[in-house]
Amino acid sequence: MKIAWEHRELWGHLGWQDIKQRYRRSVIGPLWITISMGTTALALGFLYSQLFNEDTATFLPYVTAGFVIWAFILGCVTEGTDVFISNEGLIKHLPAPITVHVLRLVWRQILFFAHNLIVYVVVLAIFFTSLNHPYKMGNDPLEKPGLGWSILLTIPGFALLALNAIWVSLLFGIISTRFRDIPPVVNSFINLVFFMTPIVWHAGVLNRVTAGQGDGGNWRVLIAELNPVYHYVEVVRAPMLGHPILWHHWAVVGGLTIFGWFLALVALRNWRARVSYWV
Amino acid sequence: MVSIDVWNASVDFPIFDAKSRSLKKLALGKVGGKIGSEGRVPIIEALHDITLSLSHGDRVGLVGHNGAGKSTLLRLLAGIYEPTRGSSRIIGKVAPVFDLGVGMDPEISGYENIMIRGLFLGMTRKEMEKRVDDIAEFTELGDYLQMPLRTYSTGMRVRLALGVVTSIDPEILLLDEGIGAVDAAFLAKARDRLKDLVGRSGLLVFANHSDEFLAEFCDTAIWMDEGRVKMHGGLREVTTAYKGYDPFLKFSEETLARIGQPPVLSGNGGE
Repeated sequence: MKIAWEHRELWGHLGWQDIKQRYRRSVIGPLWITISMGTTALALGFLYSQLFNEDTATFLPYVTAGFVIWAFILGCVTEGTDVFISNEGLIKHLPAPITVHVLRLVWRQILFFAHNLIVYVVVLAIFFTSLNHPYKMGNDPLEKPGLGWSILLTIPGFALLALNAIWVSLLFGIISTRFRDIPPVVNSFINLVFFMTPIVWHAGVLNRVTAGQGDGGNWRVLIAELNPVYHYVEVVRAPMLGHPILWHHWAVVGGLTIFGWFLALVALRNWRARVSYWV
Repeated sequence: MVSIDVWNASVDFPIFDAKSRSLKKLALGKVGGKIGSEGRVPIIEALHDITLSLSHGDRVGLVGHNGAGKSTLLRLLAGIYEPTRGSSRIIGKVAPVFDLGVGMDPEISGYENIMIRGLFLGMTRKEMEKRVDDIAEFTELGDYLQMPLRTYSTGMRVRLALGVVTSIDPEILLLDEGIGAVDAAFLAKARDRLKDLVGRSGLLVFANHSDEFLAEFCDTAIWMDEGRVKMHGGLREVTTAYKGYDPFLKFSEETLARIGQPPVLSGNGGE
């Protein structure tokens, strides 16, 4: 890891290069990332606010923020699975530590995230008046305190998310270099995760259903609570929208960070040298 | 001080075909118990029991037939492959030049490629910025450096790659064959730069088939055969044993002068 940090100029430069190059021959350049994100979030935000009978003014920013974060997670996981496979040439020709490729990937995804954040900022500016005071979403009994200084918590939240992105792509990268079934499995599974995670719907819906039924119906909440991705999304999203900051999300994410890094470091120690044989 | 030490190192490649790479196979294999060697991954032994010790100032040529393990040995020395058995220790910054094209991106300009390639070879951004003009002058590409690499001809690409590679300051320089695919006029120029480069580096390992190149850059040689070191000694003895004749006898006077070997030493008659 230390050597990888010393190579930061290399992966930093390469990450930038990836972005610049992807849009080199197009006219609008990197804004394509932003535009495609904007249209998707806008369309889905409208559609689902109607489907779930939600107030568009509060639901659209919610979907946008969720989508921006989801795009980052999706990119890190799916590209993480073949981070070493696609860099085969470089791994076989240069003695750089393999973590360089992982850091390059995560750095590139962070830059993408920054592009997509523009959409969030625009949406937030439009709907600012409906978010800057305490509000409720749909039938969710929980009141949202509205935007405030807690928005600054987005920064440590995202830092934590990025830290997790590194171990995820490191671990998945190593495993799927050895077992080539993993990338397709992950790719098909991740779609399911998207629908299971409160992004185009919100976890409050589950609360609402159970609220009327007394103690018997609490299992529904587990759909969201048992999904680790939900906690990751929530750590970043809640402060972005002025939702209440629930510390159990932070606890779960923190625990997963430690656990995941432990796994990834064990994998790195045992199989780091084997990756160049496997690719 | 730079050095490379390798003790009893072997490099075995596992050969995964579609079947043995799959998880299913592994899981089913466990359930069904061991079926002879069915579950084992076939292995190619690329290097076998290599023991080497190279230190500062060594100029080693690497000879051997195709598939004898030259490139694998270079990768072992570069630290890309860690030995599957035995051990190795590499002290110093390694600059491996195996493939001139790797790390080059066809969509970006020549200048940007110079930068990226330099970073790959372990230079910093500042160091590369200082060298860009020097490289531009050497490659004679002029305004072409502003154009994307995909507009270059093969020869121009080689020039660019060679320009970058020869501008670095390596502690350990590992050169694989394949350098020299440029036109004759340029080759003379490249040769000088290559010589400078070799002079700057603390340790050189050079795999090549050309007697002239070897004689010019190296003083000792290793003969690889079937993944083993067959012979390790003075360049002339090893190449003589490998080729079956003394290559120094075939050199022209001019070559010998460049190498710095008086013709007398070459043993062709004397005076």
